[in-house]
Amino acid sequence: MAIIELTDVHKTFMKAREAVEVLMGIDLGVDEGDFVALMGPSGSGKTTLLNIIGGLDGATAGEVVVADANLDELSNRELARWRAATIGFVFQFYNLLPVLNAQRNVELPLLLTKLSGEQRRRNAQTALSIVGLNDRARHRPGELSGGQQQRVAIARAIVADPPILVCDEPTGDLDRENAEEILDLLQILNRDHGKTVIMVTHDPKAADHAKRVLHLDKGKLVREMAA
Amino acid sequence: MFAQILEITLMNLKNLPSRLGSSSVVVVGIGGVVGVMVAILAMAAGFQGTLDGGGAPDRAIVLRGGSDNELSSGVSTDEVNVVSGMEGVVLASPELYMVADVPKRSTGTDANLIVRGVTGDAFAMRDEIQIVEGRNLEPGRGELIAGRGAHIEFAGIDIGNKVQLRQTEWTIVGIFEADGSAYESELWVDLPVLQSAFRFTGASSIRLRVDSPERIDELAEKIKGDPRLDLELTGETEYFAGQAGGLTDTIRIFGYTVATIMAIGAVFAALNTMYTAVVTRTVEIATLRALGFGRLPVVVSVMIESMALALLGGVIGALVAYVGFNGYTVSTLSNVSFSQIAFDFAVTPELLRDGLIWALGLGAIGGLLPAVRAALLPITVALRGE
Ligand SMILES: Nc1ncnc2c1ncn2[C@@H]1O[C@H](COP(=O)(O)OP(=O)(O)OP(=O)(O)O)[C@@H](O)[C@H]1O
Ligand SMILES: [Mg+2]
Repeated sequence: MAIIELTDVHKTFMKAREAVEVLMGIDLGVDEGDFVALMGPSGSGKTTLLNIIGGLDGATAGEVVVADANLDELSNRELARWRAATIGFVFQFYNLLPVLNAQRNVELPLLLTKLSGEQRRRNAQTALSIVGLNDRARHRPGELSGGQQQRVAIARAIVADPPILVCDEPTGDLDRENAEEILDLLQILNRDHGKTVIMVTHDPKAADHAKRVLHLDKGKLVREMAA
Repeated sequence: MFAQILEITLMNLKNLPSRLGSSSVVVVGIGGVVGVMVAILAMAAGFQGTLDGGGAPDRAIVLRGGSDNELSSGVSTDEVNVVSGMEGVVLASPELYMVADVPKRSTGTDANLIVRGVTGDAFAMRDEIQIVEGRNLEPGRGELIAGRGAHIEFAGIDIGNKVQLRQTEWTIVGIFEADGSAYESELWVDLPVLQSAFRFTGASSIRLRVDSPERIDELAEKIKGDPRLDLELTGETEYFAGQAGGLTDTIRIFGYTVATIMAIGAVFAALNTMYTAVVTRTVEIATLRALGFGRLPVVVSVMIESMALALLGGVIGALVAYVGFNGYTVSTLSNVSFSQIAFDFAVTPELLRDGLIWALGLGAIGGLLPAVRAALLPITVALRGE
């Protein structure tokens, strides 16, 4: 069953009064439990496509249905609530809040839920133990390595138990070894926790961890390979 | 929603120390505005308080018709007798009001000092007059008592000293207080001695105590209607209010004008600081919004941060004004009598409250635009961090 369904999606940006078409008719279905790697040259529109799937940006034309919601039909407020419940975001530069320790960073998405403080703390601890950072709960991002920070970010992405993880170059800022750990972690989340993962990457090795690899070039999905 | 606002706000406030350098512009700017405003308005309040202090509802002042102060007024001995005998008058105190040049302690240059010739009734009708050092003057002798303000402000106005006023020598025998009223800036001498020394008959004014406050209007009518008298009676409260009015308003307007000019500068400082604060956190704010946080918490938290900074500045400014100026004694040239009146700055609780309200208002204005900007920036653009 498709959890992500894109039909003839177009995206046009206005740049210096000129319309630039970045996505030119994307058709894409991603099944629940899939692990998709999205590759392509810089500027091909990978982030743009990911933002549309994650409900951060709207398509100029076409239909975007993710986790049974037609994103076009949601108001800004509904979209924010939908994101909190449906999507876990992992960014290239982690995007942790520097003043909060790991535990508090992971708790952030739970502030949008009705959970009590005690439950929030417990869930955050569970998420941190899944990424193997229980012992770093009190550390601030500045006191953690890049790989550790990305694991905190992944704990934040899964703490509210969303069905979909959207990852934009999650290993782009990491060395080989740390990158491997992150990819293994995403694989575990996909395989053992049933998360649907869609991940942008430049790294062919990273793509090896995925079940499907999509190639985007000049705004079009050009070919698809089964991994 | 409330939890969101609270949490983001707390986070921003925790962030503050790391940005103290740039934030201090707001604190100092708004502190300056509040400090200056409170200080100037405290001056107005203190001045008003000094002149108000002399007013009592059952007292009145009688001056020559058409004159609104004692210096330009004159009352003949006959007129004094007529007014003293009127029904309802309990005490009548003819007083002669003169101005002498005496050097100030601070600068050594001459300034005007009021010399008031009085009789025993002057003390009888003013309960607020208290001899705090030395003794009261004795009638018929060249003795003088000085108000506390005059003693502090003018050189040589000390007990035991002799002062020369227009070729006559006076011995200072006492210092008096008068509830902080304008009398404390005066020298008091015996009326007949002053009259002979200055070769003057009559008086400048008659101070009256009447049997009830309601009597004042009645007496005013009576004096106006009496063909023998070219005089005008004013209730004391009204008289003092009238004297204070012009200058107090001038000081107030000056205070608000200066504060407004400084406030404009402070708002720009706040705007600038908050823009910077928001810009450096563009990615953070966008991340929060990607996670599902709403616009409102973002706007509110930025505004609260700005207002917290402003409040801190306001508290500092108000404190500086309070510590530096409350009770600070200055003297000013009264616009009416051209004499020195000493008064204290009064940094009242109301002024402190107004100062803090100003600070919060400036902080809100300075925070609003950056907050709205932060909230309106599309998440995808902000996430790029460009
Ligand atoms: N908000 C925007 N406004 C204008 N142009 C944009 C905007 N977002 C993206 N673009 C443009 O769209 C194109 C695709 O950008 P996108 O970020 O999706 O590429 P990408 O495939 O993720 O590239 P990279 O591998 O470098 O991250 C680029 O030319 C970019 O400049
Ligand atoms: Mg990209």
